[in-house]
Amino acid sequence: MIVAIVSLTLLGLALGFALGFAAKRFAVAQDAGLAAIEALMPGTNCGQCGYAGCAGAAAAIARAEAPPTICPPGGKALVEALAKRLGFSVDVASLTEPDPKIASVDEEICIGCCRCLKVCPTDAIIGAPKQIHNVLREACTGCAQCLDRCPTEAIKMTPIPLTLQHWVWPKPVLNGTLGVMS
Amino acid sequence: MSEYAILLVTTALVNNVVLVKFLGLCPFMGVSKSLEGALGMGLATTFVITLASAATWMLEHWLLAPFDLHFLRLLTFILVIAATVQFVEMVVKKSAPALYQTLGIYLPLITTNCAVLGVALLNVMEKATFTKSLVAGFGSALGFTLVLLMFAGMRERLALAQIPAAFAGAPIGFVLASLLSLAFMGFSGLNFR
Repeated sequence: MIVAIVSLTLLGLALGFALGFAAKRFAVAQDAGLAAIEALMPGTNCGQCGYAGCAGAAAAIARAEAPPTICPPGGKALVEALAKRLGFSVDVASLTEPDPKIASVDEEICIGCCRCLKVCPTDAIIGAPKQIHNVLREACTGCAQCLDRCPTEAIKMTPIPLTLQHWVWPKPVLNGTLGVMS
Repeated sequence: MSEYAILLVTTALVNNVVLVKFLGLCPFMGVSKSLEGALGMGLATTFVITLASAATWMLEHWLLAPFDLHFLRLLTFILVIAATVQFVEMVVKKSAPALYQTLGIYLPLITTNCAVLGVALLNVMEKATFTKSLVAGFGSALGFTLVLLMFAGMRERLALAQIPAAFAGAPIGFVLASLLSLAFMGFSGLNFR
């Protein structure tokens, strides 16, 4: 009993120290700049940029293969942060930030072929063969992968409809100079 | 000397871990899509199995047997194997980042590759001497690498062949694996007396 406890403890300690030493000895110096860019990305790995996740996009931006505006979810804020980090100037005002869009199924054209729900990465489309499909708004990330799959073009990317669940009081209208309310 | 040569051939071909004992099938199907990845995986596994055979022999004969702690065998063996795999992962990450990317999740999964634990346990069961268990471990690993390479080569050819849609991908891979296994059954006819 005592021998078992002591020997296992010693074994674990010895292996732990050996691995810790090896980790120091074989430490890979990760590119600090790349890690910083990766930290700025949204990190949802949605794939809208066409790269393999946010890490891939960050690497592409670091190599200057991709423009800093490549990330749709990041939007203006990300471009600004990247500009500050990488030291380039960008005219943020000229960037248009499209409203977030999610997929929606036109029930009158949907033939229930199930092609769209097979490609959905978040299983946001529900449906069965020859039944009209529908999109779960909470689950859709707006990756638009289903868009090309639809043989009848029943899937459209539409702005997120206003529902009771996420309606917020609109901001007060500013009149003339900043801060002076009408 | 010839004894060790026979042991090497026996463990590599006649009692091949993958195709005869059916151990370590996860990397066999998972990392056999390209020759390069298969070679890297084979080498990493060879290193781990050989090192683990030596380490587990020492554990068995210097710790478990003298203190009658046989109930700790699985636990300590897995501990040593996991540490070895972690070490290999660090070395591969440092020395071959491209290989590290290719192997991906399968590199840490060597820990749960049952071939590694299987070889160590078989050595204990056979009551092999230190050199013998080392040679047996190395032979098994060699057999694993050989089979992985053969399979990867064939799958690379399969990628270009015209395969019925229903069989494309993993299914034809399994058919191929079973045929390969049948072929390796032929080695059981080898007689060294």
